[in-house]
Amino acid sequence: MTNEDSAHTIRSRIVAVVSQVIAVGIAFLVGAIVLLATGHSPIAAYGAVLSGAFGDLYAVGQTLTQATPIIFTAIAFLFSFKAGLFNIGGEGQLLIGGFLAAFVGISFTGLPIYIHLPLALLAGAAGGALWGFIPAILKAKLDAHEVITTMMLSYVALYVTSYMVNFPFKAPGWVAQTVPIAPSAELPRVLHSTQLSGSIFLGLIVVALAAYVLQRTTLGYEIRAIGLNSAAARSNGINIQRGMILSLVISGAIAGLGGAGEILGVHHRYIDGFSPGYGWDGLAVALIGGLNPFGTVLAAILVGALRSGGLVMNRVTGVPLDIVYILQALVVLFAAAPHAIRYLSNKGVAITRVLEWLLAKMRAALERVKHIGRRSDA
Amino acid sequence: MVDIIDIVNVGLLAAALRMATPLVYASLGGLFSERAGVVNIGLEGMMSIGAFFGVLTTFYISNPWLGVLVGVLAGGLIGLVHAIVTVKFAGNQVVSGTGINLFALGFTAYMSQTIWGSRGASQSVQGLGTITIPLLRDVPVIGNALDTLFSQTPLVYIMFLVVVISYIVLLKTPWGLRIRAVGEHPAAADTAGINVYRTKYLCLILSGMLAGLGGVFLSLGQLNLFVLGMTGGRGFIALAAMILGGWKPFGALGASLFFGLAYALQMRLQSIGLLPAQIVLAIPYILTVVVLAGFVRKRVPPSDYKPYSKE
Repeated sequence: MTNEDSAHTIRSRIVAVVSQVIAVGIAFLVGAIVLLATGHSPIAAYGAVLSGAFGDLYAVGQTLTQATPIIFTAIAFLFSFKAGLFNIGGEGQLLIGGFLAAFVGISFTGLPIYIHLPLALLAGAAGGALWGFIPAILKAKLDAHEVITTMMLSYVALYVTSYMVNFPFKAPGWVAQTVPIAPSAELPRVLHSTQLSGSIFLGLIVVALAAYVLQRTTLGYEIRAIGLNSAAARSNGINIQRGMILSLVISGAIAGLGGAGEILGVHHRYIDGFSPGYGWDGLAVALIGGLNPFGTVLAAILVGALRSGGLVMNRVTGVPLDIVYILQALVVLFAAAPHAIRYLSNKGVAITRVLEWLLAKMRAALERVKHIGRRSDA
Repeated sequence: MVDIIDIVNVGLLAAALRMATPLVYASLGGLFSERAGVVNIGLEGMMSIGAFFGVLTTFYISNPWLGVLVGVLAGGLIGLVHAIVTVKFAGNQVVSGTGINLFALGFTAYMSQTIWGSRGASQSVQGLGTITIPLLRDVPVIGNALDTLFSQTPLVYIMFLVVVISYIVLLKTPWGLRIRAVGEHPAAADTAGINVYRTKYLCLILSGMLAGLGGVFLSLGQLNLFVLGMTGGRGFIALAAMILGGWKPFGALGASLFFGLAYALQMRLQSIGLLPAQIVLAIPYILTVVVLAGFVRKRVPPSDYKPYSKE
């Protein structure tokens, strides 16, 4: 790689980061307009979010707790996206993974933690992998559109797990949930009085591993080649079907592990509807993070901060929590169309120029007025 | 002992028709979008925006038909947003649709809380009411049955009309030919002098309007209030109905009626404790996967869903 090349890569990376930051900035600006229009102070609201998300150690713990499952689902989305596949079924893979982890957690007692916990985590990953394998094989062998199949399978997972926890595995009582898992399957909590569990470390390990596999291994090279140009990859002897299936299966496994982490670390039982849409959040976060594993972690923390800080904001200022979801949606819409950001920044530049010109005119006029004043003084 | 006649009767068919109506509207919306070459997984969000604005308008103006109009226009506006992101800025269609769904959820919840002080539901408003078709009661033998079946809100009857119009427009007019050309081969359509961008814009606005109408049916035609998340995945089922119906208006109608019947049956079976709801609710989704995989009959999307850019 020549110097010029690397300078070019660095420049394009900087442009990518800057445009993500602009997208987030514009979303907050639009959010501020919504807040103003509904009679709230944006400064007070955003301030409350910020202090609620990072104000003290407890707040940081809550923020990271919220970010944890989204790290998994975002990396899951990213992993298959690199192969050019849209796995928008992270939600279903997470649910199946969570349920199987709970199943293993309930079914065995008396196992030592170093066997039971890994077994439960493995079951979660296997469940997610299975839920990724179905659309993968349908895509590779029968050319079924993965966007639709993963989405539909998410709903199937939702109803299957809901059935399981409402009927065969329902704990006594009114709530649709299983009995608690054995203590030997629990992921340890890592911060006193918060729900932050060891799952966050698992998530960070997954991020590092995913980045390593994608950038430094043959499999990662093949996946990226398929994603960039599958025809060229095929003519270079890459097994496209294998690459597609593996990337979707690994993607599903990551999401499933995330579900297992939530069940084993936070809830300690499977609760119907425990995920408020972590799968969809993952898609959003992967895009906000610029489809880069480490950017994804930052974006997940941003979204986690909005969630946990949003709760505090709601309590302190009375602003509905849902402003946070509006912000997230706006960032996703901007992330969908990178050109829009460039267009808006160009418009922004134009507007600034007009403002500068006006300011200069006004300043000149002011000078003239002052000048006239001084002359009449004399 | 459960009597079969208590479950399978005209009342069931009437309920099925009611359940199918929003699915038909939304799947026709999906149809216009996909036939013009744009995936629309934002149908769900467009439906809830339509449902919300329908109720909001009726809340302030007390005219449900004005509510229908505003709900449809609001849906069209979201369709326009989808068009701006995916056509003007050549953005990713799946991501844009996801953004729209997230936005609709956040926006309706925020506004509902701001206006009615409750995140979950609005206040009740005046609904559309039902219309009974005259003379049906006088038909010999099946008169009473027909009367039960066709005692619905006007939007149910309009739905059949919209299906027929969609069929004619899409498959029998030059304009429909243009839409299909744009979806199947935009470059060739462009060469033939068709304005690809404008066609996509119009189709997406229409798509949003139809989905919005489906949403308005849920809020003003059934519950007479807005409930957060009242679309309950119907936007995705509409997508399933569209695929199952082979991207054709009457196919979408048939698939929607089938899903509507499944829903209605599920509610009855559940009420007598015969079959868990979850099993029936999962059927449309499983069926779609099976159909897409070609186990029944291979169905291929009409377009490759790539943004088109004029070079």
